[in-house]
Amino acid sequence: MSDKPLPAVPYLKIPEDGEPYLEGYKCGHCGATFLGERHVCSKCGARDQMSAVTLPNSGKLYSYSIVHRSFPGIAVPYVSAIVDLDDGTAIKGNLINVDPDPASIPFDMPVEVVFDDALGRKDTDGNAYLSYFFQPAASA
Amino acid sequence: MTDAYIVGVDMIKFGRFPDKTVPQIGAQAALLALDDCGLTIQDMQALYCGNLGQASGMVGQRLLQEIGQTGMPVVNVANACATGATAFREAWASVKAGLYDCVLAVGVEQMGKGLLGGGGAKVGIPKEGLLGSGTMPAVFAEAGMEHARKYGTTFEQFAKVSVKNHHHSTLNPKAMYQIETPLPEVMNAEMISYPNTKLMCSVNVDGSAAAVICSERKAKELGLMSRAVKVRASVLASDPWQERDLVMPDVNSCTRKAAKEAYEMAGLGPDDVNLVELHDCFATAEILHYENLGLCKDGEAGRLIDEGEVQLGGRIPVNVSGGLLSKGHPLGATGIANIYEVSTHLRGEAGSRQVEGAKIGLTHVIGLGSACAIHVLEKAS
Repeated sequence: MSDKPLPAVPYLKIPEDGEPYLEGYKCGHCGATFLGERHVCSKCGARDQMSAVTLPNSGKLYSYSIVHRSFPGIAVPYVSAIVDLDDGTAIKGNLINVDPDPASIPFDMPVEVVFDDALGRKDTDGNAYLSYFFQPAASA
Repeated sequence: MTDAYIVGVDMIKFGRFPDKTVPQIGAQAALLALDDCGLTIQDMQALYCGNLGQASGMVGQRLLQEIGQTGMPVVNVANACATGATAFREAWASVKAGLYDCVLAVGVEQMGKGLLGGGGAKVGIPKEGLLGSGTMPAVFAEAGMEHARKYGTTFEQFAKVSVKNHHHSTLNPKAMYQIETPLPEVMNAEMISYPNTKLMCSVNVDGSAAAVICSERKAKELGLMSRAVKVRASVLASDPWQERDLVMPDVNSCTRKAAKEAYEMAGLGPDDVNLVELHDCFATAEILHYENLGLCKDGEAGRLIDEGEVQLGGRIPVNVSGGLLSKGHPLGATGIANIYEVSTHLRGEAGSRQVEGAKIGLTHVIGLGSACAIHVLEKAS
């Protein structure tokens, strides 16, 4: 069992020293960005043009749903959100610290990416995980 | 290339049949479609069988073990919610190519109840409810909210789709439900994933549908042209790259691409279409597809449902069968059930829900991942 939390997804990086961050891959040919490592661009098909980039921790809410019914054991309601990060990368996750009410969730609301424990979820070996969440930006 | 015709087509009444096997459910529709044109399994040169839940289970061969093992080639097809339409299209293509001149396409599914999508993790920890939701009601809610952000589409407008389709199903004895659901009932039903309430989610049911497809020469030789339906276009598309499509499955560009190609292949436009059966897996989805299929201009879908243009008797009736919302959505069967519905109207045999004078109809399904299949059908002249 790891003595440190593991990343919930491969594109969440946890450096030995420094803050966790999200990693994307950017195509040197057409500029498209993707979550996580890849070697071929699915927008333009270019090979060996992809390079790792650190994704920004801020963006805007693009779309969402308020989930009231999920699988047993999953706390509801929660807000499932699609966010456009400031560099244009699209990412999906939970929008937290907001009322689960459409009136409180305007489109294009500025949000920030925060990192926290993965809601107490552990794998079969007992490892804890670090995940990412969105919340309304502090300045908003 | 020869033209291809549907000469026999039918579906079973959708429902829940836990005591039957998948091949047994599929065999029922196969026999109905054969009876519809008076042919036998011995007349079929190949079987294209669509099923998702037992995609590795040789459903087509097991279906023939129920109704006649002639040794014909069998192709088993899986393509998410486009499975049935893909099986039909493979059958159509084999006739167009001149490989065969009389083939059978079957779509069948046996569903459990409950949520689809958002399954557990094979490694690490489950992501559902941690990184948003992968459940189908939520994914299609997010797609609907994208339309809301662009055009101000309201919860009420989405809900009206369910009122319409549930009303249509009261006229369809083969639908799972025949129950009116007034607007307040739809909007006040249990919220599953805003803005989709329970009555705005398609019904998980068991079902099957089947079609017999012949070349023009064969259909004439068999004397089957009087009720034949011509396949004017058959198009399959996968999802072209879109900036958000890896986190937000894109049902729009896939449908737009397929629609454009289908209208070109058929040599007609949306104004020529008399009825549409489209993929209303959720009420939010139907609104998107009015625009994707060119039934109205972008941004006018809300008006279309508000003004009744898409209901039976309106300018372009959509989902007069009751749609997936009320007829039910057995994933692998849906694509051929849509083709049955449109064919039945083109033949003038749809009874109390008949779209009067229907000459051209369009069917549309979309499977997330994504696959879009569109067929344009016309009564043989």
